[in-house]
Amino acid sequence: MTDLSEAVAVQDTAKIGPPLWLLAELTYRCPLHCVYCYNPVDFAKTEDELTTEQWFKVLREARELGSVQCGFSGGEPMLRDDLEVIVAEAHRLGYYTNLLTSGVGLNEKRIGALKEAGLDHIQLSFQDSTREMNDFLSSTRTFDLKRRAADMIKAHGYPMVMNCTIHRHNIDHIEAILQLASDIDAEYVELANTQYYGWAQVNRDQLLPSREQLERAERITNEWREKHGNKMKLFFVVPDYYEKRPKKCMNGWGNIFLTITPDGKALPCHTARMLPGLEFPDVRTSSIREIWYESEGFNRYRGTGWMKEPCSSCPEKENDYGGCRCQAYMIANDPAAADPVCDKSPFHNRITEVVDRAQIAGNAAQVKPLIYRGPKESLQLDRPF
Amino acid sequence: MAITTATVPKVGRNFRIQWEPAQDAYVLLYPEGMVKLNQSAGEILKRCDGAANIAAIIADLETTFNAQGLEADVIAFVELAEQQKWVDLT
Repeated sequence: MTDLSEAVAVQDTAKIGPPLWLLAELTYRCPLHCVYCYNPVDFAKTEDELTTEQWFKVLREARELGSVQCGFSGGEPMLRDDLEVIVAEAHRLGYYTNLLTSGVGLNEKRIGALKEAGLDHIQLSFQDSTREMNDFLSSTRTFDLKRRAADMIKAHGYPMVMNCTIHRHNIDHIEAILQLASDIDAEYVELANTQYYGWAQVNRDQLLPSREQLERAERITNEWREKHGNKMKLFFVVPDYYEKRPKKCMNGWGNIFLTITPDGKALPCHTARMLPGLEFPDVRTSSIREIWYESEGFNRYRGTGWMKEPCSSCPEKENDYGGCRCQAYMIANDPAAADPVCDKSPFHNRITEVVDRAQIAGNAAQVKPLIYRGPKESLQLDRPF
Repeated sequence: MAITTATVPKVGRNFRIQWEPAQDAYVLLYPEGMVKLNQSAGEILKRCDGAANIAAIIADLETTFNAQGLEADVIAFVELAEQQKWVDLT
């Protein structure tokens, strides 16, 4: 990190665009126990949640800088009793407001109040297409409840995104998942293959699908598109472990995306708080303007000035900005390294070893029991990822 | 449907158009997404209110910008906008 001050100094403030996307993680509390949750594994150690007034401050200051898309997430955001008030304030400020929910806690009274507050859209998650698998993967009895939530969302005239995180245990049900999305009349469907952060990293061997499973799922998704046109817009996100070039993570560090955690940390992505040696600012003591333009946490990996080889001389460095800093840290043990998904990374073999194991059905690593996300497990594991 | 000067376009149910000073542009907002519009796209789309037909939109644009002969451009844009579901047509 010797050249750090230089990297920060060459930042051209005039070129830094606004944080167009604000993700407000209102709480880490959640009634579900999903085995691939991206929340930090040690979430149970976090302290006080931001108050309503503190969220108003975040919304106001980010909007002044130009934030316009606002997501309310968690954990389960419905667990905040002041959700409706916070949404109303976001709407008043001119945000397009998105609620990302499991559907648990949604009832006629609250969905009506959210509509009145000006909520624009609801993303509803399912874990799978059947009651049995949905309830197994979330370790709850929530499938029927989600179906009812979907009906309520449509009855109140919201556009709906159905999100289903895809992995080894549900990827073979892709056709039934698409049918479910069609039955509940979703406008958009996100078939998002698990990305290996947080709890998904803990359960990685159990969750990574085989190449054959992945190719089949992609083929079925494409066939569905051909057969049904674009009535439902389908997004199929591939797991980056199967790529040779890294994803352009968050569209670039500190480029458009700003996450605020339940306890008030400002992050350039949902998982960055795992990174060592980097202090992320607190919205209680810093303004969003200071956070976005001036803080070390947001400037450290902005642009390309911080890069090492093989990234710094790579002709593709502007395409992907070296991939994901968290993945570089988790796998190469250096947040400034190339994302090991890239086949130019000296640590790429650590990805291919995992991928190779995923081709052998029923191997020892895969049959280990899944670890469910929960406060007890969080304290037991006591580690950031 | 074929677009004529009698067609009445309206910004799609699941979209919202608004002026964003920070981007110095009109943007089209939808679930978890945003399209930044160039000036002519913004000026056309903000007039797609479900009341004005394309003839009226063209007349308004030609007056506002002291221009002539915008019909082909406006129709081409509304066609594109319909494909993207940005507008519904009646």
